[in-house]
Formats: sequence, structure tokens, C-alpha cells
Amino acid sequence: MAVSYKKLILNGIFSENPVFRLALSLCPAVAVTTSVRNGFLMGIAVLCVMTMVNITVSILRNLINPKVRIPAYILIIATYVSITDMVMSAYSRAAYKEMGLYIQLIVVFAIIISRAELFASKNKVLPSAVDGFGMGLGFLGALVLVGAVRELIGKGSIAGIHLTGGNPLLIMVLPTGGFFVIGLLMGLFNWIDQKYYGGRPGGVGGGHH
Amino acid sequence: MAADPAESAGDITDMFKDLFTIFIASAIINNFVFTRYLGLCIFFGVSKKMETALGMSMTFTAVMVISAALSWLVYNLVMLPLHIEFLRIVLFIGIVAGFVQFADTMLKKLNPTLYYKLGIYLVLITTNCIILAVPVINSDEKYNFLQSVTLGLGSGAGFSLALIIMASIRERLELANVPKPFQGMPIAFIVTGLIALAFLGFSGLITI
Repeated sequence: MAVSYKKLILNGIFSENPVFRLALSLCPAVAVTTSVRNGFLMGIAVLCVMTMVNITVSILRNLINPKVRIPAYILIIATYVSITDMVMSAYSRAAYKEMGLYIQLIVVFAIIISRAELFASKNKVLPSAVDGFGMGLGFLGALVLVGAVRELIGKGSIAGIHLTGGNPLLIMVLPTGGFFVIGLLMGLFNWIDQKYYGGRPGGVGGGHH
Repeated sequence: MAADPAESAGDITDMFKDLFTIFIASAIINNFVFTRYLGLCIFFGVSKKMETALGMSMTFTAVMVISAALSWLVYNLVMLPLHIEFLRIVLFIGIVAGFVQFADTMLKKLNPTLYYKLGIYLVLITTNCIILAVPVINSDEKYNFLQSVTLGLGSGAGFSLALIIMASIRERLELANVPKPFQGMPIAFIVTGLIALAFLGFSGLITI
């Protein structure tokens, strides 16, 4: 593999951004992003789990029988998620109360298992770790961006600091707002892509290498 | 005589009331898709056509009810006595994955026609957050067996409702003149936002 590490990281952040480009793992992207803080914590949790899972799968890639690989990956992921879950519940109680369920559901995030299957099971340890880190970073960025937009419009603040006066639009922190913000941001990314890079119309929807 | 008939009849009515509340709450008020934001990948993935949406919702409801029952048994009869609650994520996902694999093999042998119709959905189900959320919520709320199964059934019904609504809208959306950057996923998100807004009207119907 002659892929540079820089390219792998940029790939995760821009051209294959898990949320906006691949449209994978959308549940947490809508669910926890009512504020920048929650989006950030969730992103960090996914970043850690993803890097560790990619490393482990890559180390074990010659030992796992291809027939049972999916259950094996799920068990590896579940182990790291349990660890993350316990660490989070011990160190950030308040945030855990709001998003505990979603932390446990990291187990079934499509993005993690798809990276384990598509990348880590075929590559050496270091590139796999970098790939997991890059993808996690892209995910973290997307969550923080959505969280920032929703918090700014819905509560009139960013990361707890008040910026605007007057009444904020409460609807943005309700379930509805999450869908709107992601839909609009996806549309914006597609528009930029089509206008300046002549990208694929429709933008999202798989297309791995 | 402790159990007089009127009182036990009252108990049974109470029980049904309780189960009915759980059913309505999980199907409509706390609808998994619109208010808990779970199962979105599948929701957006299979809601393009009514036929696939129907197949998916049937498979989903069945798997949800059975995995709710199985995981309740394992949680209460194995994990609690042995004090290994901290392993629940690993065990729950193991139960679901194992059961889906089993159903997949059985269906292939017993009813190949049904297998070719539903087989592809079965594979997708293992890695879906809704399926895992039901056992996790059941054990968090300390529901008894009947309550757990009802939650599975209600959540399945809610998910089916969401899929069917969405599929009927998207079939019409195909013909609509949507701005180019918004075609596909983005417009589906905005439509979901609007339906979620409508579902907001149900909140407060029953307080739990």
C-alpha cells in the first residue's frame, strides 16, 4: 500500500466524511448533537473506539476465519465500547446521563464495522490505526459542526457561551432540528462539490474503493 | 383468603393498562425513528420503495420481539445471578447476532421463497441500533417479561409505521422537482424532520 498517511486522514475528514458523504452512522449524529459539548464527547468516544478496533482487527487479521469475521468484529467492538462506556460513566456523569444509551449503541455503528471490514482486515497495523483515526476525526468534526449550528440557533450560544440576544428558536434542539440541520448541511456540501469540483450528483451513498 | 376475585380482576386490568401504555408509548410517543433517532441508516436505506419497506418492517418486528424475549431471559436468569451486568453489551449483541444467524439458516432450509424475499434484510439487522436498543432499554427500566416483549412489539410497530409513511412520501418525491444539491439523502432528511415535527404533537398523550 503506497497510500500516504496524510491522504488517509484527509480522506476520512473530507472525501469520505462518514456523516456527510457516506451517510453512515446517522443516528448519533442527530441524537446527541444538541450542543457542541455533547457532539464533542460522542466524537471523542467514537474516535477512540475506532482507532482501537482498527488496530486490533489489523493485528488479528490473519487469525480470524473469514466465515466468522462479522461476529468476531462485533465482539471486538463491543469490548472496546464497554470500556468506553464505563470510563465515561465514571468521569463525566452529567453528559453520560444525557447520552448513555447512545454510547452503548456505538457497538452497532455501521462506520466502525465498515472500516474494520474494508480497511483494517486488509492492511498493516499502522495504516489501519491512521485510517481509524482519520475517519474518527471526520466523524468528530461533523458532530461538532452539527452541534454548533443547532446550539447557536436553538439556544443562542456556542459551547455554553451566549452570543445572540432575543429568543432562540427552540425547535433546533428538538428532534426535528437535527434532521433539518443535517439535511441542509448535506445539501450545502453537495452544492459546493457540484459547483466547484464538478462532483457526483446526489453526493452521498457508498462508493468505496 | 387474601386473593378475592374482584381484586385479582383489578390486577389484571391494571396489568393490561400498563402493557397498553408501554405499547402506545413505544410505538408513537417515543417512536424510535422520530423521537429517539435510532435505526436511521436502515430507515433511509430501505424507505425508497413500499414493497421493501413492508418486508423490512415485518422482519424487524419479528426479530425485535424475539430478541427482547431472549435477552430478558438471559439477563434475568444468567447475568443477574452471576453479577456480570457489566458484560451486557457484549452478551446482548451476541444474542442478537446469534439469533439472526440462526433464523437465516433455518429460513434458508425451511422456506426458501421467504428467504429470498427477506434474507437480505436479515443480514442488515444484526448491525442495527434499534435491535440493540430494545434489550438495553428493557434492562435499564427493569421491565418484567411481558413488559419487555410488549416494548419489543411496540417498537417494531412504531418502526413499521415510520417506514411505511416515509416510503409512501418518497415514492411521490421521485416525481418532484427537487433542487440538484438536495436530491437523494438531503431532501429525505428534511422530510423526516417535518414528520418528526408532526410526531411531536403526540408528546404528552400519555405520561410515563
